[in-house]
Amino acid sequence: MAVSTQEQTTTMNNVEAVRHTLYEAMKNDDRTVILGEDVGARGNVFLITKDFIEEFGAQRVIDTPIAEASIVGIAIGMAMEGLRPIAEIQFADFIYPAFNQIVGEAAKTRYRSNGEYTCPMVIRTPYGGGVRGALSHSISIEALFYHVPGLKIVAPAFPADIKGLLNAAIDDPDPVLFLEHKKTYRLIKGEVPTGHYTIPLGKANVVRPGTQLTVVSYGLYVHWALDAANALANEGYDVEVIDLRSIRPMDKTTILTSVEKTRKLLIIHEDNKFGGIGAEISAMVAEEALFSLDAPIRRHCAPDVPAMGYAEPLEHEYMSSPTKMADAMRELVRF
Amino acid sequence: MATTITMPQLGETVTEGTVAQWLKKPGDAVDKYEPFVEVSTDKVNAEVPSPVTGTIRELLVKEGETVPTGAPIAIIDEVGAAAGTNAAGTSPTEQVAHAASAPTTTAPSTNGNGKHTAPSPAAHAPAPLDMAGLEAALRKASPAVRRLAREHNIDIRALHGSGEHGRVTANDVLTASAMGPAAAVGQAIAVGTNFGATGAPAAMPPAASKPPIPASGTSTYGEPIPGTMIPLNQARRIIAQRMVESKHNAPHAWSMVEVDVTNVWKWRTREKDRFERETGYKLTLMPFFMRAVVESLSVFPLMNAKFTPDGILVEREMNIGIAIGLATNLVVPVVKRADELSIKGLALASGALIDKARKGKLGVDDLAGGTFTVNNNGANGSYASAPIINAGQAGIVTMETVVKKPVVTADDAIAIRQMMNVCLSLDHRVVDGYVASGFLADLKKRLEAMGPTGTL
Repeated sequence: MAVSTQEQTTTMNNVEAVRHTLYEAMKNDDRTVILGEDVGARGNVFLITKDFIEEFGAQRVIDTPIAEASIVGIAIGMAMEGLRPIAEIQFADFIYPAFNQIVGEAAKTRYRSNGEYTCPMVIRTPYGGGVRGALSHSISIEALFYHVPGLKIVAPAFPADIKGLLNAAIDDPDPVLFLEHKKTYRLIKGEVPTGHYTIPLGKANVVRPGTQLTVVSYGLYVHWALDAANALANEGYDVEVIDLRSIRPMDKTTILTSVEKTRKLLIIHEDNKFGGIGAEISAMVAEEALFSLDAPIRRHCAPDVPAMGYAEPLEHEYMSSPTKMADAMRELVRF
Repeated sequence: MATTITMPQLGETVTEGTVAQWLKKPGDAVDKYEPFVEVSTDKVNAEVPSPVTGTIRELLVKEGETVPTGAPIAIIDEVGAAAGTNAAGTSPTEQVAHAASAPTTTAPSTNGNGKHTAPSPAAHAPAPLDMAGLEAALRKASPAVRRLAREHNIDIRALHGSGEHGRVTANDVLTASAMGPAAAVGQAIAVGTNFGATGAPAAMPPAASKPPIPASGTSTYGEPIPGTMIPLNQARRIIAQRMVESKHNAPHAWSMVEVDVTNVWKWRTREKDRFERETGYKLTLMPFFMRAVVESLSVFPLMNAKFTPDGILVEREMNIGIAIGLATNLVVPVVKRADELSIKGLALASGALIDKARKGKLGVDDLAGGTFTVNNNGANGSYASAPIINAGQAGIVTMETVVKKPVVTADDAIAIRQMMNVCLSLDHRVVDGYVASGFLADLKKRLEAMGPTGTL
């Protein structure tokens, strides 16, 4: 999975993988700058950049005001002038004030300047629910940015992918929105190669091969989809699970290859169904693999309500679960 | 509101049905699930339950009249239903009406126990009333199914769907393709085992021996008239199709063993009068034979299997088809889970099926799900036969005629014993001679160990 020259690995959870990768980036390249709310003295609310300010100084680890438009705007300027800024939006739910900077400026820099300028920046942000985060700490924002050409969006699920993709995002000459599912931060552990490596943006990963159904997901739900698929294996169903990893660019080849094999597609995501990532994947497969389809493409997604509620039953209702996923998978395999 | 009831599809390949008898007349009240009409097809007779509670407004088809499946046959004024639904459209009510009017593999009138034999792990017992879903599914083949059917030259309508509500899946098409264009004629119309190389029943038509002559008149299967053409009915068409396709696609290999049935014959002779008195069924050698067959199958599960493009599917259940030649066609009703029955249980189950077959009362469920077939071919003196395998199974065994013969015994004496040949045709794609001869030897050993006394 990981492109590594070294065999040696360390066990890390997702939040450690982010911290480890950022630390290496700061150490290896003086142009790297981290800026955001509480990234300095506080060391980030999840302690991702703890002690960074002591080691790399306040010039490169910058505490900003609560002003997301400024965080991204400043980062754009840094990137255009040769630095490698990694801007942090403390929670994805707070990203809206920076929408213009991301969509209107960063994504269009290369095009507007006829290639004279690029915007090699990373915007990191924790997203997603299942942590009783309610309206302001649970939201999935990917679909809001998915529509925008010039912007790459990454949402890894495993520690090794976080490292490889964050390195690739930092290296990339264009803006990358790097989404970290906050429930996976300490929930998901895995082996991470110790050396420097990158995973190409836009490459999905078949995390469980199967023959009867293709499930495409990303983030936390990849793990739940794997649980569901493994449970269904006991019932004799053979489900393939694809971790998108990068949601834009979309890895058409991996998805189409799988669907041509299984002939059935289920897209699972935590974000709302309407106009979500699943809609685009669904349309793509319908356009390019219609004659491989033996069942309607299905999407198992959150309901169209304004937000994830705080009350536990509301959160459960909004979120999927391995059981709900298994039901959706079973239904489609049997179809 | 009024609910229009349509002619159900009794079996995947059946395209029309005959109203045998109306059980209700206009003005009669009818409860939901209460049988209100008896429908017969080439293959089955079934009482059709009402999908709704209400009053019969109108019967649209006369008794004895044959109409295509899906054609309206009656209108019921439904009690307490929401008004304003378009009965002719695809409203939910209409779908229910379609669905409920169709007895399926679990039709209460043909088999009240709701037992369903799943053809694969992925399948599960469908809701009892899913024929509308099946019809819709057959009409609405997925793009993949259409493409594969086109590529493999398969007629989707002839396939037995393994998907939800009997939908034909892409795998069904591929399986059918691997077995030949007609392989997929539903298990529900499980015909096509004997009338083999030997032992053609007396009622076989003479037509085959002469080149087709333009018919100056038509005759029937029961009364063939020289110089005339017998029109192919659905049953005959399917038998022909399946025979050709099985013979063509499954490489048949053949083997025979001679079995000393003296003791089991004695046992059967001793029990038969009492058995008939107590149960009303004749006790033939068949249930003894079936018992030995299921025991041998459990030792050789590969003989209870089917060839698919994905691999050899070893069947979960032992559902034994019994080939029954009737004057006009051949039916192969299935004794479900035969391995769970004693000799007596097998005698009762097969007796009931034979009874139904002769009366034309076999239901869809009676014909579905066979995994292996036995054929009593010896009744008219056949000494050996080369039966054609029922498509989708690994083999078929025959019981040939029982004859007294001088036999050299173990101690070199000559004794008069009752001997019977057992012939096996096997699908060489599924098993090789090693397994098949092992199976036959085991079967022979078991039959010879049976009797002369015992518990049925």
